[in-house]
Amino acid sequence: MEQLKTIGRELAMGSQGGFGQSKEFLELVKSIGEARSKAEEDRIVVREIETLKRRIVEPDIPKRKMKEYIIRLLYVEMLGHDASFGYIHAVKMTHDDNLLSKRTGYLALTLFLNDDHDLIILIVNTIQKDLKSDNYLVVCAALNAVCRLINEETIPAVLPSVVDLLAHPKDAVRKKAVMALHRFHLKSSSSVSHLVSNFRKKLCDNDPGVMGATLCPLFDLIALDPSSYKDLVVSFVSILKQVAEHRLPKSYDYHQMPAPFIQIKLLKILAVLGSGDKQASEHMYTVIGEIIRKGDSSSNIGNAILYECICCVSSIYPNHKLLEAAADVNAKFLKSDSHNLKYMGIDALGRLIKITPHVAEQHQLAVIDCLEDPDDTLKRKTFELLYKMTKSSNVEVIVDRMIDYMISISDDHYKTYIASRCVELAEQFAPSNHWFIQTMNKVFEHAGDLVNIKVAHNLMRLIGEGFGEDAATADNQLRSSAVESYLRIIGEPKLPSMFLQVICWVLGEYGTADGKYSASYITGKLCDIAEAYSNDETVKAYAISALTKMYAFEIAAGRKVDMLPECQSFVEELLASHSTDLQQRAYELQALIGLDARAVETIMPQDASCEDIEVDTDLAFLNGYVQQSLERGALPYIPEDERTGMVNVSNFRSQDQHESAQHGLRFEAYEVPKPPMPSKVATVSLSSSTDLVPVPETLYSRETHQISSAGLSSETGSSELKLKLDGVQKKWGRPTYSSPTSSSNSTSQNPVNGATQTTDVATAVNSKVRDNYDTRKQRIEISPEKQKLAASLFGGSTKTEKRSSTSSKVPKASASVPDRSQESKAAVAPSEVAQGKTIQSSPPPDLLDLDESTITVAPPSVDPFKQLEGLLDPSINSTTNHSSGVTNAPDIMTHYAATPASRESGSGGYSIPVTGDNVNLLSELSNAAVRGTTGETTTTPLPQSVKGPNAKDSLQRDAKVRQMGVTPTSQNPNLFSDLLG
Amino acid sequence: NNNSFWLQIHFVLLISRQGKVRLTKWYSPYSQKERSKVIRELSGVIISRAPKLCNFVEWRGFKVVYKRYASLYFCICNDQEDNELETLAIIHHYVETLDRYFGSVCELDLIFNFHKAYFILDEILLAGAMQETSKRTTLRLIGAQEDLVEAAKEEASSLSNIIAQATK
Repeated sequence: MEQLKTIGRELAMGSQGGFGQSKEFLELVKSIGEARSKAEEDRIVVREIETLKRRIVEPDIPKRKMKEYIIRLLYVEMLGHDASFGYIHAVKMTHDDNLLSKRTGYLALTLFLNDDHDLIILIVNTIQKDLKSDNYLVVCAALNAVCRLINEETIPAVLPSVVDLLAHPKDAVRKKAVMALHRFHLKSSSSVSHLVSNFRKKLCDNDPGVMGATLCPLFDLIALDPSSYKDLVVSFVSILKQVAEHRLPKSYDYHQMPAPFIQIKLLKILAVLGSGDKQASEHMYTVIGEIIRKGDSSSNIGNAILYECICCVSSIYPNHKLLEAAADVNAKFLKSDSHNLKYMGIDALGRLIKITPHVAEQHQLAVIDCLEDPDDTLKRKTFELLYKMTKSSNVEVIVDRMIDYMISISDDHYKTYIASRCVELAEQFAPSNHWFIQTMNKVFEHAGDLVNIKVAHNLMRLIGEGFGEDAATADNQLRSSAVESYLRIIGEPKLPSMFLQVICWVLGEYGTADGKYSASYITGKLCDIAEAYSNDETVKAYAISALTKMYAFEIAAGRKVDMLPECQSFVEELLASHSTDLQQRAYELQALIGLDARAVETIMPQDASCEDIEVDTDLAFLNGYVQQSLERGALPYIPEDERTGMVNVSNFRSQDQHESAQHGLRFEAYEVPKPPMPSKVATVSLSSSTDLVPVPETLYSRETHQISSAGLSSETGSSELKLKLDGVQKKWGRPTYSSPTSSSNSTSQNPVNGATQTTDVATAVNSKVRDNYDTRKQRIEISPEKQKLAASLFGGSTKTEKRSSTSSKVPKASASVPDRSQESKAAVAPSEVAQGKTIQSSPPPDLLDLDESTITVAPPSVDPFKQLEGLLDPSINSTTNHSSGVTNAPDIMTHYAATPASRESGSGGYSIPVTGDNVNLLSELSNAAVRGTTGETTTTPLPQSVKGPNAKDSLQRDAKVRQMGVTPTSQNPNLFSDLLG
Repeated sequence: NNNSFWLQIHFVLLISRQGKVRLTKWYSPYSQKERSKVIRELSGVIISRAPKLCNFVEWRGFKVVYKRYASLYFCICNDQEDNELETLAIIHHYVETLDRYFGSVCELDLIFNFHKAYFILDEILLAGAMQETSKRTTLRLIGAQEDLVEAAKEEASSLSNIIAQATK
């Protein structure tokens, strides 16, 4: 262990030479490395900060020492501590003429500062100077800083220099200049939009690196406005063709793939340019087809390009052949054992089904497997796909799944996201109102405080509006079922506030509507809510309003109101509330109870939440009064804008803006002061003292000029005066009645119209579904749950069959909901267990902190993966397990030598043979690769002809492939190297 | 239109298996407080992930692509819509470049020479996108800078020698 550290230090100081850090610094890094806890680390860092604070202000620090201080500051800041006391020294260092100091200064600043920091203004001048330096390395350092530190305000200061640098003789400079412009575009897209011609030129740069970099800003510009760049399609296609044909220098190869990063960028650009443009897309078909055909699905980068091809194919004008090729590639992704590829496959499937919906059918089981995978990332991606696939026929299954998952996670961010997805799908595709309410209840119950308030309002509106006038009974049923479900839910502890608001509103509005519950029962419940959530004022406000409505309905119906004692005390409490809103509501309730039945009925009509309230914006009822006053001699009303004499406000504003622009910082240098010109006026006046001519001509003309300018200024002054007046008037408030907003209640569309549309489709498919079921019964191999799930997700008809009945059968459908969720839970359970196991497994030993690793490796037999390794290749297994005892310096890259499938052309020269006692940082990877080759079984290629919309066939075929234990990725063991990364 | 931000990398993180920070590079603005929070949250998520799962994590609406090399996790945070396999290749490309530079790189190299790791990263990624895809070009530029540095260092040390002798 001690030995390892010495080696490390030697490595750091000896072989690299580096910046020759002092012993002090090495000690610091070492002690941080040895720190056992975050607290210890913090203590060390705080001590270091104290030291630096003292040292950095000492006079006459040698440059090298200062550089090291700055690097130590960097280190401190990287560990999450505040090093702002030293920022100014980094700024100073950028002024240094020495390149090394300058570079360190810039590096520190790019890491310390965001582009909104106050210090930025101090370095703009230095950057400007450095951009003009003769030394291209200085220019490079400055451009690196430009890319991080220049903000919207300071772009104009450096833009001209950066544009000039596009023609710099050094390719490194040109490239960085292009990247700086890319960054300017991200910051403020208008700043570079006029430079399009420069980018077009740079596309033909003879350095491929510059050309590749130019694709970044071009992509930005094209994404904003594709239509202006259609003429470039041919150029992009020809570049892509040349790149794919290996015409670029070998140094751009990556794992034998010709310039893959440039290929991917080009494919992204083509995807945008070809979108919805048949003519442009036709240019692309050949080259994309060629790339897919030559695609290498055995390497990560090969798959990255293939994935980008799928994205491109699904974005441009559809071409049947290409889509087919893309679907084949996608099938390989989905059937792969690699989680990464499955993930990409699910994503690509989501893109493909937009154009060819039937491709999903041959991957039913793969999709379901991904949905039930213990890997959250994969699961979430699959939900994304399901979201895209949702129709009214499968919405129930999908939303149920989503809600189950939503309940199971604790990540608030994703919970919010998936809750809003559920709501969106439910609103769009709900098969019945009843189901909609059940679903919303679940969403509210489990993620109530995370969803948008609008969702709650939508729900209330749906319950209030129901289907419309002609389905009154269905509406009443809906409301009764809502009331019933809410009364059941109320008892549960800690309901989200927003859900309670909905509950209170619905109970107040419809609690007694069907006569099943008495007013005293409902009011009692409302008081319970108010009491249980007594510190939530919004809920209390909803509760008291609901009480008011209850009592109003009772009075209107001619029944005597008996206020429960708890209601009494609740109202009394609110009468004395600090909240004026609650107080007012309580007083309103009190006043209302004292009125007679007829008055109450007019104030609070039953079920009138959706009635329009007409607002008389013209105040027409005052017309008589106005007329009378006029007759008595009052002055007529003059609208405000006629009174003030119409001052043009916008005019002043533009003037103001202009002024502020002038007041802004100037970044360009001031002109060299000119020698003062002898004033003509002075000589004239001198001569005039002797001459008799009293008023020299020049003086006179000057005077008139002054007068005219004075007149001007007084003019502007007066306009300002007027403006101020206008402002005052505005403050006093013009009677601004906004247009009536009440209509939003009644005009908005009922979100759940889809329900009736699906019914007739269902009967048509009924027969099909039945024989679908029959054939499936004959095969027992696929678990029935999965079959069911597949059918409900992809078949799209089994559910509709159940639901084809009218609203009377709705409760039955809802009864199946809990069943299904239980089933799915059961299905998920074993995989959860598996996940638990893998988490327990001890990760491979760490190399730096060997003292810890000896502990963690102690029970290696627990690890199921390692056991698996042992089964397959015992010799390798032993090397991994014993790696903890090794003392050699670890080596990240030796896996190139060990990975059989690695065909890295350039890496052969520096690979190091793997020996048993060499701690290989990548040994896990290479092991995985070896395991991949040894553990593989032979495979039969999957029949790819399954295309038709026959769900049954494809399901069978998919299942058969699985039964045979086929893993179709055998030809590329390299894939496995990514698995354990 | 959020298409224009497809290529955006928000930050690069290197963390050890113990959650110790080895390198952080932020391309989007984050305050110091946010940075610490991001590191804490992400290292918790990533380090606890079992092997064999995806190398991608969805996190606050972003995508974090990570890859483990021995005891080090290399993480890049991207926008949701990016090509994750490409990001994975970028990570690998960076590691390969580091490897060529240091000559079979190990974690200690990065610990003691983290500023060099920064310099190399700055030559590969710039403004949140990939600026150079050729390892050779990247290293040539780093080499040019270092030659100059060496020359400057010699000059400085000889100067300081002269000064030291003069002041004796």
